[in-house]
Amino acid sequence: MKIGVDVGGTNTDAVILDGHGVRGWRKTPTTADVQSGIVAAISAALADAGAQAEDVDCVMIGTTQFTNAVIERRALQQVGVIRLALPATSAIPPLTDWPDDLVQAVGRHVTLVAGGYEFDGREIAPLDERAISKAAREWKAQGLKAAAVTSVFSPMNGTMERRAAEIILNEAPDLAVSLSGELGQFGLLPRENSTIINAALAGLATRVVGAFRAALKDLGLTVPLFISQNDGTLMRVEDVERYPVLTFASGPTNSMRGAAHLAGMGDAMVVDIGGTTSDIGMLRNGFPRQSTHFVDVGGVKTNFRMPDVLAVGLGGGSIIRDGGRRIGPDSVGYELTRRALCFGGDTLTATDIAVAGGWADVGDAVHLQGIGRDTIAAARTEMQRLIAANVEKMKTEARDLPLLVVGGGAILVDWDVPTASEVVRPAYASVANAVGAAIAQVSGEVETVVSITEANRAQVLDDARAEARRNAVSAGAIEASVEIIEVEQVPISYLPGNPSRLRVKAVGDLPV
Amino acid sequence: MDLKIEDVDDLCTGAAFLGAGGGGDPYIGGLMVKEELRAGRRIRILDPDEIDDDLLVIPTAMMGAPTVLLEKIPSGDEPLRALQAVETALGRRADATMPTEVGGINSTIPLFVGARLGLPVIDADGQGRAFPELQMETFAIEGIAGTPMGIADEKGDFATIRTEDHHRMEWIARGITIRMGGTAYFANYPMRGAEVKRASVKHTLTLARRIGAIIRTARARRIDPFEELETFLATTSYGVARRIFSGKITDLDRQTDRGFTLGQVTISPDGPGADCVIAFQNENLSAKADGALLAIVPDIITVLDSETAAPITNETLRYGQRVTVMAVGVPPIMRSERALRQFGPAAFGLADTYVPLGPF
Repeated sequence: MKIGVDVGGTNTDAVILDGHGVRGWRKTPTTADVQSGIVAAISAALADAGAQAEDVDCVMIGTTQFTNAVIERRALQQVGVIRLALPATSAIPPLTDWPDDLVQAVGRHVTLVAGGYEFDGREIAPLDERAISKAAREWKAQGLKAAAVTSVFSPMNGTMERRAAEIILNEAPDLAVSLSGELGQFGLLPRENSTIINAALAGLATRVVGAFRAALKDLGLTVPLFISQNDGTLMRVEDVERYPVLTFASGPTNSMRGAAHLAGMGDAMVVDIGGTTSDIGMLRNGFPRQSTHFVDVGGVKTNFRMPDVLAVGLGGGSIIRDGGRRIGPDSVGYELTRRALCFGGDTLTATDIAVAGGWADVGDAVHLQGIGRDTIAAARTEMQRLIAANVEKMKTEARDLPLLVVGGGAILVDWDVPTASEVVRPAYASVANAVGAAIAQVSGEVETVVSITEANRAQVLDDARAEARRNAVSAGAIEASVEIIEVEQVPISYLPGNPSRLRVKAVGDLPV
Repeated sequence: MDLKIEDVDDLCTGAAFLGAGGGGDPYIGGLMVKEELRAGRRIRILDPDEIDDDLLVIPTAMMGAPTVLLEKIPSGDEPLRALQAVETALGRRADATMPTEVGGINSTIPLFVGARLGLPVIDADGQGRAFPELQMETFAIEGIAGTPMGIADEKGDFATIRTEDHHRMEWIARGITIRMGGTAYFANYPMRGAEVKRASVKHTLTLARRIGAIIRTARARRIDPFEELETFLATTSYGVARRIFSGKITDLDRQTDRGFTLGQVTISPDGPGADCVIAFQNENLSAKADGALLAIVPDIITVLDSETAAPITNETLRYGQRVTVMAVGVPPIMRSERALRQFGPAAFGLADTYVPLGPF
């Protein structure tokens, strides 16, 4: 059996999955220490499934803790930033174009030193080791706990970044050092931004991962623990301590993949209805369609792709006005169970409409007798219109697809959506996110610049595929289950020798 | 007129639009320009119709692979050193700089140079869009010498090139660019104010900024950005702009050959009907549906996000994107017989004859 957990800002959900599907589940409030919330959710879910700790093979956790910390500028550390690039790149120093409050959170401890590579592997300049030592001594004196190292073309050759880390640790052994080359992807500035944010999260990562481990210990679970990352695959918990930034987009990915699994459908539209907004996205072969542009996190351009989701202002807590003709975009949010009419509050919400209309059963309908039929009908029509129009917007093919409705606010929907072939509200829709965490696979990736000719193309691609497979296996995948899911070859224009950027990704199942 | 920091993003969006799929993403250049303005430096933009006839103008730009630029950002000294190499060769200081190419990143380099050296920037360029090679300039068509040309890298290396012929200038500079690490910064086509008036495509920086502003604000104003672009561009020297196709990207074939990105993108309509195929060599060259020509170079063919009207460069095209293809005419200076020899269909090895984009 596997346990999937989603640690959100408001709720911590747990599901117990075996070969046949969901065996038990529980939704509980997220606690300030994270740990006790996980313990409560897992033990209740285990009880629900009638299972014991020893039945469990592994635990997968998805979390928005790190994303939220950046968005809310909380629990971030000051970061020593070093770029190996001079004489190149000085026109745009690190932290350029960052929001002021985030710069304040990470500090402005920036050093540019000689180093970095050309596209063809030559050095731009020899690495200035003395300048690195000097910076590290200063950071140590200032009491910094984290550092971010970025070199030009490090996704192609990470040697200089690793050497810089050695020098830094030699001067300041307690520093948590993040290397940009290990966060992948070409594009110096977005990669550097991600690396700095990653370093700023180092302290929080240690605490959160500590809470995860402690929770498992409290529960008597001595099984492997994995964490969801951006692309819907898993990473080992010790990797999260080093690269918390890789969890950033895991929330929407997990809920969409969970929806696909629960409904048994690979090609569909998904709407994940929360308390304040609905996220609408598209699934192809069980994976969310990715956004074509790099995403902003907390106002900073990063090098991560996220599922292409559209947030629409409709959630369980959305406030209803104008006799049902206006919905949101404001919401009572996490105060739903205090402020909504059906819970004895004073605010008419989307949830109240669903309860008064008789298609949802939460709170107490006795509080809702004052709501007129006209208001219910108007609000229902408006919710339907909002979802239908935005599903149409997100769809990239002409034919209508099924619409999967998940999330805590899934109870709002009992109506047809004219732009979908059918509307499916799968069982356990409210914990799709935790299900998505539980079913995730592990991955291995290769990204490099190579000269590709007709003569060597087959060999080059084979080598890259083999390396991606090896990386997946070393991440924990069963060798026989590994498959290549992505091969991307992008030529670099204007240069002779046909250099191309090659990216290959493999995924595989965990041994369960 | 001074360039304001809030104009920079609009200018970059418009430059990407005029890049016709190529020209390199102006993002890095835009950041460099914003940094200069934040540091309190000024960028003065001059109307080409109002400059002195004997003003010495030295255009500046970058060349090479936009993908390398994304990693190896310049130090900022490169284009200054290239310009100074031309000054040395001429024995005279520049009075102003200007873009050679308004499409893509090269709209921003002269703005940066202007800020750093306190030189005004002329609101004009030599391509009115983006083209892949240095001889593909209205300056060349109008008989302006391309050299002395200065070319420089971030290491302090620079070269001064003198050739009799615009094609030789391109050939030699391309070789140096590779040795300099795949990107290089240059200054060429030094000319007088009177020559700028005769040989340039005018007011293109302003044009780029206006295009960007339309795309940025249309949604908020609840106006269809495509319609507004068509209406606006009809009032400019470009004469005509219209949507020629819209649908979803269903195939993408990209290869490198002779140092260029060659290929084609196929867009399928939402309903029944023939696919649209756009052929490109860095920039989009022709758009056809069912074998019939919809638009062809030197007219601008640009692919926009159907939802936001944001321009999509060829490096970021992806399967499944919903796109609208817009074609834009080019000013008369770019449609002359001499101009078509330099950058018409035949210059790119296309068999098709140039049919100027008409209103419908």
